[in-house]
Amino acid sequence: MRKKLLCLLLVVAVLSALTACTTGNGRKKAANSTTARSLEEIKSSKKIRIGVFSDKNPFGYVDENGEVQGYDVYFAKRIAKDMLGSEDAVEFVYVEAANRVEYLQSGKVDIILANFTVTKERAEKVDFALPYMKVALGIVSPDNALITDVSQLNGKTLIVVKGTTAETYFGENHPEIKLLKFDEYQEAYDALSDGRGDAFSTDNTEVLAWALQNKGFTVGVESVGSLDSIAPAVQKGNAELLDWINDEIAALEPEQFFHKAFEETLAPVYGDSVSADSLVVEGGKIE
Amino acid sequence: MQDLGIQVLFEGINFERLLKGLWISLKLGLISMLFSVILGLLLGCVMAGKNRIIKFLCRVYLEIVRIMPQLVLLFLVYFGAAKHFGADISGETAAVIVFTFWGTAEMGDLVRSALISIPKHQYESGYSLGLSKLQLYVNIIMPQTFQRLLPSAVNLLTRMIKTTSLVVLIGVVEVVKVGKQIIDASRYDNPKAALWIYGTIFLLYFAVCYPISKLSSALERRLKV
Repeated sequence: MRKKLLCLLLVVAVLSALTACTTGNGRKKAANSTTARSLEEIKSSKKIRIGVFSDKNPFGYVDENGEVQGYDVYFAKRIAKDMLGSEDAVEFVYVEAANRVEYLQSGKVDIILANFTVTKERAEKVDFALPYMKVALGIVSPDNALITDVSQLNGKTLIVVKGTTAETYFGENHPEIKLLKFDEYQEAYDALSDGRGDAFSTDNTEVLAWALQNKGFTVGVESVGSLDSIAPAVQKGNAELLDWINDEIAALEPEQFFHKAFEETLAPVYGDSVSADSLVVEGGKIE
Repeated sequence: MQDLGIQVLFEGINFERLLKGLWISLKLGLISMLFSVILGLLLGCVMAGKNRIIKFLCRVYLEIVRIMPQLVLLFLVYFGAAKHFGADISGETAAVIVFTFWGTAEMGDLVRSALISIPKHQYESGYSLGLSKLQLYVNIIMPQTFQRLLPSAVNLLTRMIKTTSLVVLIGVVEVVKVGKQIIDASRYDNPKAALWIYGTIFLLYFAVCYPISKLSSALERRLKV
């Protein structure tokens, strides 16, 4: 009884709050914004809304002048240019890892370009286009005891961060390796520096960038585990926009657009330690 | 110099961005507080009344606000409204709605407890002087309630300003998020930026909240006389 009342009251409260503000904030198409905008609607509004990260250097971040930059953003601007004729015809919405799906489901953005890794669970909620990047796990270890192959880890201690793909992968496939788990990246790196573990594993993009900044450590294994792809995502069922993006990605292949994006945004960070081909995917084709 | 890390504050428009973020936090806090005070005063008077059903309903409302994390409410209003009712609310409006929803409940409870803490003889003396109910409340009860209310209301306001750091999850970029963006943008060439940025944010919050509590203690002293 009390529970029912609680529910009822909550609904009433939220509803009244909503009606109070929708009247004041009536945007163009308040009636059915649950479904994402169609290609036509985006074109006639002359602005595409793309969700990007604002604190994932070098994929999506805000520079010291308040301008959003990065690999994902580079692609977003190209989409705006090819769809609407101008690089500036894009409204960037800053998203967090935890709310990317919500943004698409509620139709508040047209496309998510926020380092979105394709997984089965996510594919049930959103539609992924062709991939434009791939990531695997990397293993970083001290130069004086460099691990260059997973078999060398037998009986040794590997540091991982909880909740990452590294934790799942090594836990399931390599029971012979002892795992030392931490909640945060900083703790994990500290543990590696202190020698509490023999190596550390997480996304290769992350360890490669870290090894560059920390002398005495090298990424001995650049790619292990299943290859994950990173792709743009649209609201489930927005086939028109999805097809447009897929055509766009295919059309960009001849000019090697994503290699150019790599040179512009990722190369300054990774330097020579990463080859473009180990991260970039052209035309949506992963070998 | 390279090792100090403090220069990150002066690169480009970083400091200006932090201040703008602070203004967003402050603005959301103040607007929500304004609504909360108005609605909370009404709610408090209702809650102090004798109708048991109304009292029970208010109790339920208060419990909902206390049990539900603000983050859940933010998601409900920002994403839920768009998904289920097709209402496209801006992040800032959603934040004000949620913080008002929360603030009104807290404020109402504060007003209620302040009201019932006024001794009965204050009411009786008023009536025996021949004051009407309105006169009684305006001249005797409200001034005393206000004085008892002030410290806890200011406490609520500063809490609200600090809780605005949650709104980043509905896309509103406030001071803490700006800080994270700056730290991340410089994580390759200035790994020590975090200390300076968070230190600055600490000082900014202090600079905003300290005057507010100073102001309230000054007001309190004046009201006592």
